[in-house]
Amino acid sequence: MSSDDAFDTAIEPSGLPERRTPRLSRLAERLGPRALQSLLVGAVFVLVTGGWELGVRLADVPAFVLPPPSRIATQLWAMAAQPLFWADVAVTMKEVVLGYGLGIVLAVLLGVAIAQVALLELSLMPYIVAFQTIPSVALAPIFLQWFGYGLLSKVVMAAIIAFFPILVNVIAGLQASGRDEIQMLRAFGASRSQILLKVRVPNALPYVFAGLELGVVFALVGAIVAEFVGAKAGLGNRILQYNEQFNIAGMFGVLIVLAAAGMLMHRAVGLLKHRVLYWIDRHERH
Amino acid sequence: MSLAGHTPPAGSGRPIATGPSRPLLHVGSLQMQYPARRRGRSDAPTHALDDVRLDIAPGEFVALLGPSGCGKTTLLKILAGLIDGYQGEAWLEGRPITGPSLDVGVVFQEPTLLPWRTILDNVLLPAELVRMDLTAATERAMALMAKVGLSGFEHKYPKELSGGMRQRAGICRALVRDPQVLLMDEPFGALDAMTREFLNIELQRLWLGSGKTVVFVTHSIPEAVFLADRVVVMTPRPGRIAEVIPIDLPRPRRLADMAQARAGELLAHIRRHFSHEGAGD
Repeated sequence: MSSDDAFDTAIEPSGLPERRTPRLSRLAERLGPRALQSLLVGAVFVLVTGGWELGVRLADVPAFVLPPPSRIATQLWAMAAQPLFWADVAVTMKEVVLGYGLGIVLAVLLGVAIAQVALLELSLMPYIVAFQTIPSVALAPIFLQWFGYGLLSKVVMAAIIAFFPILVNVIAGLQASGRDEIQMLRAFGASRSQILLKVRVPNALPYVFAGLELGVVFALVGAIVAEFVGAKAGLGNRILQYNEQFNIAGMFGVLIVLAAAGMLMHRAVGLLKHRVLYWIDRHERH
Repeated sequence: MSLAGHTPPAGSGRPIATGPSRPLLHVGSLQMQYPARRRGRSDAPTHALDDVRLDIAPGEFVALLGPSGCGKTTLLKILAGLIDGYQGEAWLEGRPITGPSLDVGVVFQEPTLLPWRTILDNVLLPAELVRMDLTAATERAMALMAKVGLSGFEHKYPKELSGGMRQRAGICRALVRDPQVLLMDEPFGALDAMTREFLNIELQRLWLGSGKTVVFVTHSIPEAVFLADRVVVMTPRPGRIAEVIPIDLPRPRRLADMAQARAGELLAHIRRHFSHEGAGD
């Protein structure tokens, strides 16, 4: 990469920032950008956990304030041996998947309707924007009242939080079609529904997937928040239990599991995106 | 062509009538005004076309030439059935144009290929829209693509092709329903000069003997002279036809022909329309 290229692309296809030092760039050439990143991420992990472990031991911090990473690891290991822990994982995942699915269905239906019917856009958009400014988290107690302590209140919460980023992206995507492409279709006699199906929908897909990637992470947040407000099972519930037991290492353990679950689901949606959006260059997608 | 033997009528302000055959396209005292923009300052409505009269015979190649803003694209869009609200006559085969017609294929400034479709599927799109028999259409598409040198690229995606190849695919798409009329809106304007000349030769080859009527919008004087049977010179604000010049150079034309005396006269004659305006080529 010569410095001239910096004018063309802020981010390189590899995803590495352009402003890296010459020594780093030489290393990247020898190892490949991907291996270099793994190396760097690994180094940060070792430094942080090592420093944490050392600091906690040297300063003699009590485990109920900040447990050392080694303790979190053993706690995590012990948790993984309990069938009840996996039952909690299953409960939360079910809430997330059902909520995410419900959010997608609602957002896509409403989004298509709003993008197609000007009257709906004019009359509904202000409400949607207003509703979006409410911290959805604050709705959790109401949903608990309406839908009870079981699965449903969590599913609804996850759906509501996942709903907005998907809705906004569906609308933006459907309205993003180039005038040139639509004019081309019109010149060849395309009907309104043909223009929707053959240009607007495929053009909207990159936006929709941006919304779906956000939405899946949001759905996980929604499920956990709903469990915090009131639940009999699930990983959010487990965090509350550990909190009452001053089992801070256990709480950290659950957080790690949640982070891993979130990343996995995000990655799954990302893989699907690459599959569906085959016509978009890899480096443009991210 | 029934136009051989015409000499440029120096300074005649009216379009001349074409040969004895009934015009395929007829434009009579055509007016087009775009309303003033709503949010803008109190602009006067744009007078895009003013009293445009033009008859185009079947099989004729007509170039609409002029600087930007002279209404040539507006005229083309009216012929394509993409604009309504004009006053006057715009007829295709003796009937007023009210919308896009099966008998018309359009090539745009940009190829506007759909990036998620292969080249073949892009070319087939117009056939698909009217539910033509796709086996026959595919055969026709393949033949067209072979003619313009796109064989072997049928299953590539647009991003894998050069700009010139994409525009050739755009031409195949316009021809896939075998229309009588081909409307081309500065199709090679975005390409480099070499590719452009090459595609001009290809287009002539494709058109010769096809019997198709072509209306070709351009702001390049050499391109218009090289391709057209008649060059319609337009002037801006309001868009008017200044002169219609028959190009009596023999066919098939070669690039080298453009250096000959007759071509030089025609080029110089047309250039005089624009020299004082500082616009044109």
